[in-house]
Amino acid sequence: MSSNKQRPSILDKSLSRGKSEVSITAYALLFSEMVQYSHNRVQSVSDLHNKLSELGERVGVRMVELLFVRERNYKRETKLLNVLLFVKGTLWKSLFNKEADKLDRATDDERTFYLIEKEALVNRFISVPRDKSSINCAAFMAGVIQAVLNCTGFPAKVTALWHKGTTFMIKFDDAVLIRDKQLEGR
Amino acid sequence: MAVPGNYYFAIIGHHDNPMFEMEFAPANKEPKKEDHRHLNQFIAHAALDLVDESMWTTSNMYLRLVDKFNEWFVSAFVTAGRVRFICLHDVKNDDGIKNFFMEMYETYIKHSMNPFYEPNSPIKSPAFDKKAHFYGRKYLTG
Repeated sequence: MSSNKQRPSILDKSLSRGKSEVSITAYALLFSEMVQYSHNRVQSVSDLHNKLSELGERVGVRMVELLFVRERNYKRETKLLNVLLFVKGTLWKSLFNKEADKLDRATDDERTFYLIEKEALVNRFISVPRDKSSINCAAFMAGVIQAVLNCTGFPAKVTALWHKGTTFMIKFDDAVLIRDKQLEGR
Repeated sequence: MAVPGNYYFAIIGHHDNPMFEMEFAPANKEPKKEDHRHLNQFIAHAALDLVDESMWTTSNMYLRLVDKFNEWFVSAFVTAGRVRFICLHDVKNDDGIKNFFMEMYETYIKHSMNPFYEPNSPIKSPAFDKKAHFYGRKYLTG
């Protein structure tokens, strides 16, 4: 063990953005290892999705705090639509340097929203075997979105589907809708 | 310099669990009342309902004064991830408390970047304690 500590403690480093770019090959290698790691430890497709989702949640909880400090200047979100626009815009831009393609509301169920991404970066280097075509590694991104929504106070379930590219189906809890209507009426 | 007062700072997680607590007293006073710690915790947690109500009415993080109990004022700060910072104080010191909250928020974010830190778990880092002491002395007890 070295006796002189030369590295600054994590608490002394600045919060402002440093280099915001990461090499895509490094990312692809890391993500492929994560998928393989999860794949070796599960028995079914939904378990794989759950495991990837959990990994995504650990990213999401940290992104929430960072992004609100850096991009939104210490202002929280209290309205449902605004938090969804935050996910579509700010979150996607900081992760993928572009906004998500489309945000839709389901016509038959007001608790459900669809976030559509034609070519998700997470799936670019993943090849899906034909016999297990329901595997969608965008479950990792679904975990990130789910953690962001849960942390900001809008509990929801997010699943990744193969539809128009990749679609994230976001289903909010009833309490969220009720509270949002109350706030709007005030 | 602010009027010297006593302060109790707590970070409360999503399940109303205290993740971090610290008391600040003026430099010259000896901590003679040791048994007030549980009362402070009680007052802070009783104010949580009021914090939860008022956090939806504003998009500010600093919620100013939310409650009063005998001679203790309760100020609150809600982070983007709904982690609540509560400060009990017996003197009014809005600016000092706001600055203290902002600095502790940044320290908390830096601490939570550690991949081994489980969110909503107690914060047991000596470096974090040192930072809290430092900012407490700088902004609260002067």
